[in-house]
Amino acid sequence: MIEAIFFYVFSAVLIGSAAWVISSRNPVHSVLALILAFFNAAGLFVMLGAEFLAMIMVIVYVGAVAVLFLFVVMMLDIDFVKLKAGLVKNAFVGFIVGGVLLAEFVWMYLRWGMSQVTPHVMMPTPDMAQVNNTQALGMVLYTHYVYLFQISGLILLVAMIGAITLTHRRRPDNRTQKVAIQVARNPKDVLKVEKITSGSGVH
Amino acid sequence: MIATDLLTNYFPIVVFLVIATGLSMLMVGVSFLAAKQKPDTEKISAYECGFEAFADARMKFDVRFYLVSILFIIFDLEVAFLFPWAITLGKIGLYGFWSMMVFLGVLTVGFIYEWRKGALDWE
Repeated sequence: MIEAIFFYVFSAVLIGSAAWVISSRNPVHSVLALILAFFNAAGLFVMLGAEFLAMIMVIVYVGAVAVLFLFVVMMLDIDFVKLKAGLVKNAFVGFIVGGVLLAEFVWMYLRWGMSQVTPHVMMPTPDMAQVNNTQALGMVLYTHYVYLFQISGLILLVAMIGAITLTHRRRPDNRTQKVAIQVARNPKDVLKVEKITSGSGVH
Repeated sequence: MIATDLLTNYFPIVVFLVIATGLSMLMVGVSFLAAKQKPDTEKISAYECGFEAFADARMKFDVRFYLVSILFIIFDLEVAFLFPWAITLGKIGLYGFWSMMVFLGVLTVGFIYEWRKGALDWE
């Protein structure tokens, strides 16, 4: 009973905030609504017993991806007047894309069914009373799914290199201290000690 | 909706959430209702240390912030992978250990790259 209440609360707020994301005029408000949606999705994951996924959802999506979205939104100088002018022009293409997606979903829903050929499960989910969620993940992720795990590492590497090559610029006019050059400088080249006798001055 | 034991463990968090939401709504709500409100154009205009506002608040900022945050996300994910590995290390054996070492090695290559490239320097 109380679980059902929580389920419906999370689901309702999730769908409501998702609608808010796409209907809000201000992109910053959209990002904030997206954060709310992420939190509620994490709540639903907890209710399914997928604790680890829920916590990762909060840490990665809420903590990091949402900040990234905010940066992108603030970096793009969004001109609202121009955006609205393009609405009518692009509406046709938008409806086609949305319609194709909707047709796909409807088709998938109608054709949905379990395969009759292989009724047995390759790797059954372990009972949650014995093994907790995070442990169950750890048992298979690094050994059984080792290739996928390594590929995810390579994807992260590509993302890192891609982000650096795309956005990293050195400013030509910058005057940072370059310690190596300073240390390598030879005092004999730049310093001269003058012996000055009293009353004569320096030429 | 399977593990009721697990969900009862989350009950204190729900209590915290309810109290936090209630208290913050109460504070904002009461001050909204109790305060006398007579807005006029001068009162609700932006206040910038006594000056007229110089520019729009939504200005573009440096792409460098984006770079820092994307690098943060990548290492955040790396740490997320470490956690289930750490609690099952006793069971997955040497194979699981070296699997993670290769993963960390790949990301260390990336880390050395970004360090040498100067992406971590603020300048």
